[in-house]
Amino acid sequence: MARFGFILILTGFLMTALGSLPAVADGVPVPTLAKPLGEQCVEPKDFMRRNHMDLLKHQRDETMREGIRGKKYSWKGCVECHAATHPKIAEGKIRTLYPFCAQCHHYAAVKIDCVSCHSPVAQGNEPMKFSTMEEEEAQKLLSMMKGHLGEEASQ
Amino acid sequence: MSDETLHNDARRRFLGGLAAMSGLALAPGVTLISPARAEGASSDVRWGMLIDINKCQSDCDNCIGACAAENGLKSHGRPTTDPQWIRKVSVKDPSSGNEKSLPVMCQHCANPPCADVCPTGASFKRADGVVLVDRHICIGCRYCMMACPYKARSFVHEDIKGQKPHMPRGKGTVESCTLCVHRIDEGRLPACVESCETGAMVFGDLNDPNSGISQAVAKYGATRIRADLGLDPGVMYQGI
Repeated sequence: MARFGFILILTGFLMTALGSLPAVADGVPVPTLAKPLGEQCVEPKDFMRRNHMDLLKHQRDETMREGIRGKKYSWKGCVECHAATHPKIAEGKIRTLYPFCAQCHHYAAVKIDCVSCHSPVAQGNEPMKFSTMEEEEAQKLLSMMKGHLGEEASQ
Repeated sequence: MSDETLHNDARRRFLGGLAAMSGLALAPGVTLISPARAEGASSDVRWGMLIDINKCQSDCDNCIGACAAENGLKSHGRPTTDPQWIRKVSVKDPSSGNEKSLPVMCQHCANPPCADVCPTGASFKRADGVVLVDRHICIGCRYCMMACPYKARSFVHEDIKGQKPHMPRGKGTVESCTLCVHRIDEGRLPACVESCETGAMVFGDLNDPNSGISQAVAKYGATRIRADLGLDPGVMYQGI
């Protein structure tokens, strides 16, 4: 009889636990990701969600240490398609990877520091539009160099 | 990566063919560089630079500006801690009064002392002789800075924003001239060489006897700074 009572209590607990599950799921909003520019990611969505970090890490070592470039996975590739504008970032004038990455990384409470070194800013057709003064100086110098090279080539 | 994986005959043959197909012809018999992309850096190549300081103008700093622009180096207004990848050094012979000015950057040694002392393996030499810092595993201990006799490396003291996409840089790591590795992998010249108006800087493959740099070294000779240390730098000078 005592055993029967125990099972009843256990069942009660289980029911309560199951009943509370949807409430837990409602607690944190599930991320809704901005639509990327491209049609198709380098791998299927589900695979990318779980493995993007491994793909990046594997290829970073190959690129950095062995000089193998232009392969399928790349940080630059991520930026090209997934960078998006956000009103709080540079008044929505530049496309960065922050809005895309931040949603899931906030949801999963995973903090990574890729962007402290790697530029998350997409290079548009008009990079000057988003430049600071220092950048402008640099761009001027670059165009001077290009002019110089052009002369050399025509000789 | 291990040299064994990079030294296989099939790969050599392929690269030979690639060089023949895509070598950039500067002048008859002088090939510049061949892009190594999918195959990666090869030990068949050794990148080097030859700087003729008789052609280097003492009041010119084009190479420094070009380096900063290419790699996104910005001053924080604190010169003692600002990163410096290339600088002009003035030398004077007291007996003759002869003054020269020469650009000095990472000398891309064949036996790099920075890589010897690095406790994490972050400092390393690529198969084609380019000495780099893997900043993913650099812990910022700065042993390499002390080991380098050329004072070529800098520590990044401050947060950096607005990096170039091809040149990730970040606080707490050591960095130095990469020989514009992102450019040479595409078959382009380093930014400093491209910016040099007097043609004082020549870049090329030291392993290829037909390259412009090898021919110039063979014909006129070249000096390495602190050759007595036996580091075998890839950057060489004429006129010192």
